[in-house]
Amino acid sequence: MAEMKTGAEIVLECLVREGVEVMFGYPGGANLPIYDALNFYPQIHHVLTRHEQGATHAADGYARVTGKVGVAMATSGPGATNMVTGIATAKMDSSPIVCITGQVGTSAIGGDAFQETDVTGVTLPVTKHNYLVTDVKELAYTIKEAFYIARTGRPGPVLIDIPKDVQNAKCEFVYPEEPIDLPGYHPAERATDEQVARALALINAAKKPVILAGRGILLSGATRQVLEMAEKGNIPITCTLLGLGGIPASHPLNMGMMGMHGEAAANHAIQEADLLLAFGMRFDDRVTGKLATYSPNSKKIHIDIDASELNKNVRVDVAINADLKVVLEQFNGDVEAIDRAEWLGAIREWQEDSSQRDIINTDDGIFRAAQAIFDVWRFSKDNNPVVVSDVGQHQMLEAQYFKHEKPHTLVTSGGLGTMGFSLPAAIGARFGTPQEREVWVIVGDGSIQMTLMELMTAVQENSNINICILNNGYLGMVRQWQQLFYDERYAETPILSPDYIKLAEAYGVQGMRVTNRDDTFAALEEARKHNGPTLIEFVVEQHDMVYPMVPAGADLHQMIRRPAK
Amino acid sequence: MKQTLIALVEDKPGVLNRVASLFRRRNFNIESLAVGHSETPGISRMTIVTDEEEKLRRNVVRENLLKLINVIDVDDVTEQPKVVRETALIKVRADATKRAEIMNIADIYRARIVDVATESLIVEITGDSGKIKSMADLLRPFGIIEMARTGALAMTRGVVTPRDTANYAKYAANGNGSI
Ligand SMILES: Cc1ncc(C[n+]2csc(CCOP(=O)(O)OP(=O)(O)O)c2C)c(N)n1
Ligand SMILES: [Mg+2]
Repeated sequence: MAEMKTGAEIVLECLVREGVEVMFGYPGGANLPIYDALNFYPQIHHVLTRHEQGATHAADGYARVTGKVGVAMATSGPGATNMVTGIATAKMDSSPIVCITGQVGTSAIGGDAFQETDVTGVTLPVTKHNYLVTDVKELAYTIKEAFYIARTGRPGPVLIDIPKDVQNAKCEFVYPEEPIDLPGYHPAERATDEQVARALALINAAKKPVILAGRGILLSGATRQVLEMAEKGNIPITCTLLGLGGIPASHPLNMGMMGMHGEAAANHAIQEADLLLAFGMRFDDRVTGKLATYSPNSKKIHIDIDASELNKNVRVDVAINADLKVVLEQFNGDVEAIDRAEWLGAIREWQEDSSQRDIINTDDGIFRAAQAIFDVWRFSKDNNPVVVSDVGQHQMLEAQYFKHEKPHTLVTSGGLGTMGFSLPAAIGARFGTPQEREVWVIVGDGSIQMTLMELMTAVQENSNINICILNNGYLGMVRQWQQLFYDERYAETPILSPDYIKLAEAYGVQGMRVTNRDDTFAALEEARKHNGPTLIEFVVEQHDMVYPMVPAGADLHQMIRRPAK
Repeated sequence: MKQTLIALVEDKPGVLNRVASLFRRRNFNIESLAVGHSETPGISRMTIVTDEEEKLRRNVVRENLLKLINVIDVDDVTEQPKVVRETALIKVRADATKRAEIMNIADIYRARIVDVATESLIVEITGDSGKIKSMADLLRPFGIIEMARTGALAMTRGVVTPRDTANYAKYAANGNGSI
């Protein structure tokens, strides 16, 4: 007879079998049995975050750098509702996390018991799937299924709500060894021969093709295949925010980021193209601008693992629901070698024209956020670090100035744009990154104050992360919109910060302040030497802007450019 | 033509909520939704009528439904030959002087009188929604006290491709705690 185990023990047994080494969470009344059982599972390292939102972001950050499923845990009611932002963040960016929440006892459910929330109801729209487990015998299978769903197909967050009595109940524990087989879930794989033939015909006939590389190229592990195809056909590439790193920034065919704050040349190329190859991206409004005028003369091929993305925003000529890597292998080298010199020449001209925004060369004595970020890149690039950025101007500047050469080196909240993401996500990413590689946080003065409490988590874990705060005294990105579209009426965007040096000291963190560009490298060197969290405050120009900018709803090529001097 | 979908879903608590929530958050409109058991234990069948007409949009709706883990299969039968039926119960104001006239109308529509009281009648009618609407229009002058409709049920004509529902049954037996 198999061993009897409690639900709480079964949870941890299953996590061990999923290869979980670290999890992020917060205890409370409704998950006490699991926390108690954790005493007997030393192989799982539990990180006590300071807020459940932080736990979900940490699990997300871990998942993004490792490709493994991140795990977060919280108690019922407020613990679970605190997770919602992190779950929605993971959903928008297709990040595989499993959240385990305690729930009030099954007999109390529905009665507004203490700390009861309908967690499966609340999280239904923001999870890939969720479960309320009411029978301990179903627990093991459910957890295995949850991990499977989280990491396969288009990855995403899955939540398992476990009532306290189920955690305490005992049953025979037999781990379900058989592979998961669900009637309604079959991730797509291959393209049909006909789709392959039609795609190849369009590609080989195109004079002005552009590859749009999204996060899907990373998730599908197709970065090499995309590059090989681009090189053979001389097809220029532009990346979405979440695709950055998938193609080396220094590659001559890589035009950089597309979209609202993308490279002008990339946006021009999209508008002028006669063929778009959309790989694992979803034509978000931040990359298309006005849909009616988006890339008006191009045929479009869209390859995505999620069929519901096809023809959702942009109508395409060939829609392929499949794993990108498999499709590119099905192309089997039949993309013809064409030099496309004229097209690449036109793009080079646009690129030279856009170098006017090159802030790094403006030597006017003003210390700008872009310069600080550029210096972090220059300083750290040989280390192949992971950068975790937050949301705002600094995020866009990071995307423009930090040249990502390798996949999974940028962790940022793209789809949801969740301020406060970076610090907890970096703590998670640190656990998933080999110690010799550095983890740099690029965060604004507004964003850091949203999840600042996680600084103590970093201290408690002696997390070797370097936090670079770009302090411009404003919610800069919102201020930028107010400057451009609301006649410079800066309603509630000036924001005060604490004295970060004192704050660092209070937390027991090494803190530094840089007010002059000449001092950046010395501070970065200091941060590098220090083992454990460090915090550098860069006091930068307050009214700087991110250029170019496609105003919301404008044509993609109608970019506001940096005013010429 | 309005979109008609037939969805086979796992018969588990909360699945109807998942489907309804999807339509709401994706901003798709449900015109009617009818749900009940299918020929296979453990599998429910939904007939969903939406207001989407255009083919690519219709496919986006279908693919979104398929994305739900508990949704096993979705057929868009909009353009297929099919039988569509809906049942309505209509309570009409009718004293002795009006009864014969109403029964006459019911007769024409092959509807049945299922309840007779001193001041009212209940008419039961089955048909496509056009037929129900046209009879309701005729009854309205008498005074419709209440009306209940089931929503459309749809089934394609002839043997199309028989679904391997027996194969789904094995999953149904495999309870795994979804909501
Ligand atoms: C949770 C959340 N609230 C509000 C916003 C709206 N928002 C987007 S960027 C931004 C300003 C960010 O300020 P800061 O972190 O200082 O970065 P900066 O733009 O100044 O570089 C705000 C408020 C958001 N993205 N997320
Ligand atoms: Mg700021």
